[in-house]
Amino acid sequence: MNIHEYQGKELLRKYGVAVPNGKVAFSVEEAVEAAKELGSAVSVVKAQIHAGGRGKAGGVKVAKSLDEVQTYASEILGKVLVTHQTGPEGKEVKRLLIEEGCDIKKEYYIGLVLDRATSRVVMMGSEEGGTEIEEVAEATPEKIFKEVIDPAIGLQSFQARRLAYNINIPKELVNKAAKFMISLYTAFVEKDCSIAEINPLVVTGDGNVMALDAKLNFDSNALYRHPDIMEYRDLEEEDPKEIEASKYDLTYIALDGNIGCMVNGAGLAMATMDIIKHYSGDPANFLDVGGGATTEKVTEAFKIILSDKNVKGIFVNIFGGIMKCDVIANGVVEATKQVGLELPLVVRLEGTNVELGKKILKESGLNITAADSMADGAEKIVALVK
Amino acid sequence: MSIFINKDTKVIVQGITGAVGLFHAKQMIEYGTQIVGGVTPGKGGTEVEGVPVFNTVEEAVKATGANASVIYVPPAFAAEAIVEAVDAGLDLAICITEGIPVMDMVKVKRYMEGKKTRLVGPNCPGVITPEECKIGIMPGYIHMKGHVGVVSRSGTLTYEAVHQLSQNGIGQSTAVGIGGDPVNGTDFIDVLKAFNEDDDTYAVIMIGEIGGTAEEEAAEWVKANMKKPVVGFIGGKTAPPGKRMGHAGAIISGGKGTAAEKIKTMEACGIKVAETPSVMGETLISVLKEHDMLDRCTTHKAKA
Repeated sequence: MNIHEYQGKELLRKYGVAVPNGKVAFSVEEAVEAAKELGSAVSVVKAQIHAGGRGKAGGVKVAKSLDEVQTYASEILGKVLVTHQTGPEGKEVKRLLIEEGCDIKKEYYIGLVLDRATSRVVMMGSEEGGTEIEEVAEATPEKIFKEVIDPAIGLQSFQARRLAYNINIPKELVNKAAKFMISLYTAFVEKDCSIAEINPLVVTGDGNVMALDAKLNFDSNALYRHPDIMEYRDLEEEDPKEIEASKYDLTYIALDGNIGCMVNGAGLAMATMDIIKHYSGDPANFLDVGGGATTEKVTEAFKIILSDKNVKGIFVNIFGGIMKCDVIANGVVEATKQVGLELPLVVRLEGTNVELGKKILKESGLNITAADSMADGAEKIVALVK
Repeated sequence: MSIFINKDTKVIVQGITGAVGLFHAKQMIEYGTQIVGGVTPGKGGTEVEGVPVFNTVEEAVKATGANASVIYVPPAFAAEAIVEAVDAGLDLAICITEGIPVMDMVKVKRYMEGKKTRLVGPNCPGVITPEECKIGIMPGYIHMKGHVGVVSRSGTLTYEAVHQLSQNGIGQSTAVGIGGDPVNGTDFIDVLKAFNEDDDTYAVIMIGEIGGTAEEEAAEWVKANMKKPVVGFIGGKTAPPGKRMGHAGAIISGGKGTAAEKIKTMEACGIKVAETPSVMGETLISVLKEHDMLDRCTTHKAKA
């Protein structure tokens, strides 16, 4: 789960990670009020959306007076920002962070991620702050330094200092930087983050080490033990279809195509998208109905797929392992009737009682095309939506 | 022969009194797996499906001589269940549970360093040696005893591959689901090593998906060490970056972990990669033919 920058900073502040003073604003008036309260000579108006690249898209402005705060706030609020992470449709700005400006001496990068190869959390640092770490890794990999953290003892001070020295933090600020890193690691572990990126981390003219930006991402498997993080969830930043799907324990991810997919199992669901593409079709979504494809789940899945107006046909691909195919077939038939499905529907069933399942589909009197294999089903649905 | 499990494996079920645990315990017993006990704290002394239930894994092991455990414990308690299995000194713990917080698994992996227990999973379908022992949630009847090893990050895709093999009369030695989480116990290389050393496994299908670099590392290992033909498949060619595709570990982040990259490395290491999931079986057959091994691997009559 993603959260906004201002929420991330609020959380980090509680862990003693230094961040600039700032306030969230939902309107121009609130923005001006916030700047007044901060009382700094310079304030920064920052668009709050769940995507990076806001600066380049015109979502971050430095204001030297309250008038400028007003001008920028009204300019950015309601604006649709298009960045490399939003997709071409962009994202509308509904919240702003008003922050006190600071005297930046130099920018750095600090990030925490899970390293899958070692099954440990790794802290990465670079003196190339402000640039995306992937670009640094591509162009100058020698400028990225890593500290692998033992979960039994956590990030050690010497490791944090070593990283600070490696990325050339001014030596009088190394201890401050190390404290920053340890606090960040503590927040990461205690709140079950999956990514924490501080880009840039800055050293300031008055000798501070601060997080100028904060991107935090949380492990959705661990949210059950963090009700405070759940409070940060901004439903407006998520696809309504994905929200609806999660209520029924379905995993749905919207894509750009016109063939709706309903599959059991994540691996098979991905492979189904791939095979549609292989036959020159375009999947409209990833949808995993999970192990038990009950009538209720299939019905909800159909409804979610159909709420995407681009969908011109549906491909159901179920490998009924423990679930019997006749049960699944009945579910599909019932769901088709309930939603009054009019679009072409291709169903591929495999597994226990497959013949009985196919018979049920055939005798339902509904316009359902049965497929013998994944490939057969993909070819059929691609032909039907053309 | 086979890897990890066989007809002599004695299994306890952690979480046997839960709905999922109980359902699959029955299925495993039906398949012929030696389910010798179950563990549910507080339910010790009772019995389900003719199987004695114990309060702790240690007790269950002492009473039954079990050497393996399968875990169907809800995600919030599953990491601890794994630790309990390791603490009791089992040879094998297979964790089916999906949705364990990653940070819990980071700690479990650290705890397991230097311990003898092999962990398979979590978030996996389990392990099956056809006609001998099934530990997990896979449909047993699609499998046939034979000589092709299967290793996969995905459950249903494993069934798909196994089904395609069985349809063509090609039996399997053991099928191992290593699971779809970013931190897991047994990885591709562990399984490939075991298949390489197993006299009864002649060839291997390896099924990966987007996210991480485990497939690339495995491919390099195959190139350097594997004496048997390996074919592969990678799911998620069309997956958009930055989105978690169902499995916690199936995510392209920072441009890393794409299907294209994995396929390229696998092909470069001599692993033929099936173009679509529909031809995993065909791809293996073509490679077996090249090695003049098809007859030896055809253990049954083709169904199609």
